[in-house]
Amino acid sequence: MADEMKETVLKYVTAEYLEDDADPITFDTPLISGGIVDSFSMVSLKRFLENKYKISIPDDQATPEAFDSVDKIALLVRKFTLA
Amino acid sequence: MSNIGNYEERYKTFTWEQAERELNYRPGGVLNIGWYCSDRICDSGKGDKPALIWEGMGGIEKRFTYHDIRRASNTIGAFLRGLGIQPEDRVCLFMDKIPELYLGVLGILKIGAIGQPLYSAFGDESLFVRLDNAQTKAVITQKKHAPKVRKILDKLPHLQHLIIVDHDGKPLKDREIAFSLEKSEPVEKLEIHPTLAESPSLLHYTSGTTGLPKGVKHVHYSLLSQYMTARWALDVREDDIFWCTADPGWVTGTSYGVIGPWVLGVTQCVLDAGFSAEAWYRFIEKNRITNWYSAPTAIRSLMKAGEEIIKKFDLSSLRALSSVGEPLNPEAVIWSERVFGKAFLDTYFQTETGSIMITNYQGMKIKPGSMGKPFPGTTAVVLDQKTFEPHKESGKIGLIALKPGWPAMMRTYWNNEETYQKKFKNGWYITGDRASIDKEGYFWFVGRDDDIINTGGHLVSPFVVESALIEHPAVAESAVVSKPDPINMEVVKAFVTLKAGFTPSADLDLEIMNFIRKKLSPLAMPQEIEFTDALPKTRSGKIMRRILKAKEWGEEIGDTSTLEND
Repeated sequence: MADEMKETVLKYVTAEYLEDDADPITFDTPLISGGIVDSFSMVSLKRFLENKYKISIPDDQATPEAFDSVDKIALLVRKFTLA
Repeated sequence: MSNIGNYEERYKTFTWEQAERELNYRPGGVLNIGWYCSDRICDSGKGDKPALIWEGMGGIEKRFTYHDIRRASNTIGAFLRGLGIQPEDRVCLFMDKIPELYLGVLGILKIGAIGQPLYSAFGDESLFVRLDNAQTKAVITQKKHAPKVRKILDKLPHLQHLIIVDHDGKPLKDREIAFSLEKSEPVEKLEIHPTLAESPSLLHYTSGTTGLPKGVKHVHYSLLSQYMTARWALDVREDDIFWCTADPGWVTGTSYGVIGPWVLGVTQCVLDAGFSAEAWYRFIEKNRITNWYSAPTAIRSLMKAGEEIIKKFDLSSLRALSSVGEPLNPEAVIWSERVFGKAFLDTYFQTETGSIMITNYQGMKIKPGSMGKPFPGTTAVVLDQKTFEPHKESGKIGLIALKPGWPAMMRTYWNNEETYQKKFKNGWYITGDRASIDKEGYFWFVGRDDDIINTGGHLVSPFVVESALIEHPAVAESAVVSKPDPINMEVVKAFVTLKAGFTPSADLDLEIMNFIRKKLSPLAMPQEIEFTDALPKTRSGKIMRRILKAKEWGEEIGDTSTLEND
């Protein structure tokens, strides 16, 4: 389940935030600190996670650190899907 | 003692001739920003001093002395000349904050061409309107951003060269060329184009209430303003390690991320990585940064990250802190004084003004939340909104206006002189911002006088976002306004009616957000979309944004006599 979720998020980030011929990213590629997803675009990524996994992520937990890699995003999503 | 010393005395006695003398510029003579920011510093014996300490993703670091930036800008200038770039041709810099961006600005200016820096997160539509308007001849970019240019290349007949600075060896397409600064033979001597004070230097685009973005034309004489304001407003000193966090895609990033520190021969740092409080504090500690110029959005994000994290770092090197982009809230001023032992001082200027106009000064009494006082050599007033005469009494709200004549004032809007002329009333340049002045002469920001959205210090035109929204297949009509945001001050909110056959859903909401993000930019992406059956309109059919905006801000709706079906 966790790996499936990570694959889904990775696929989404690749499709939405990377250009067609960009280098591939992995589960631990820095997304925010690596400049792939900026702070404004984080809002649409958060919306995607909320829609996809039927969760609500409070703004104070949607931090650049929590969104900084697919691995970290998966941890955050799991926290709210289990809640 | 601050650089400016006694503000009141400076304000009374300063004239721009002082800046001309200090820079050894004689009216009518050659004045080239590229030369002033590199060769001149080397000629003064400081060629081995670090000019740029750059850090990219993964902690990769590159260091450049003044001799290095002189040679690198020569090399870029010579390459462009070799391609046939002529004086006053527009050369766009469409890159992340990599060294080639900073060095490219100087290289372009040295050959007399016009630099057109554009924010690298712009989508292809935003990019197209700016390149088309400027009839840009060359774009310098990275391979990661090249696809956005390729998408619009066929619609840009004037664009002759797409220059890729990190080409990976894949076959290049028509009009594309690779350039590697590291692999190029360094050019020791370059014939500097003899630009004069009024020769065009940079073209920065800014959003208007209606119509397309406007290209703000600046000239080489702006150097005098940027030199003086870096010294007196930002208090930049010879031994400072300076960090301007702004992207040179915006005016702050060129005026104070390239020109200001380098004309003063100061070492500056650049961090080309996404924001995180830890990364920023680590960067300050590692480089012993002394002078830090940032933005309220970043400062509020640091506040949100908390104070515990600050204790992990030695930030004692910090001496002077300043902020720009949008009004700095009093809480941020007080917070910074408590946690850093120094208050962030608010500064105010616009793309059109080219340099800081109203500001707080080191050593002057700070009133948290105030914009400060006009810079020496400038006259700033608050005008009555009907008569365009200066308010004589303190405390009255009106339009911030400036008496034209400071060196960095824009010279026109590119291909749009008519709109430029409309910015002046009764001999005043009208900023479009509203403020009041208190009894001690401090300015207090109130808000914009139009519908422009200031999100995180960047201006977004509601008209442009509305126009892009109706290009989405599901959208029938749209209205775009600002809504309050604790970090970015304002963010974009869209009200949308759907075409027959479409129904509101969370997926459609996300699809429209991403549509705008990719077409325009992440800044323009609505952070909230409200689906509605109808938009408020006048009887003549004009959408009444102000009603929607008033609701978002919890303000009085005001006169609704022209509202349809009211």
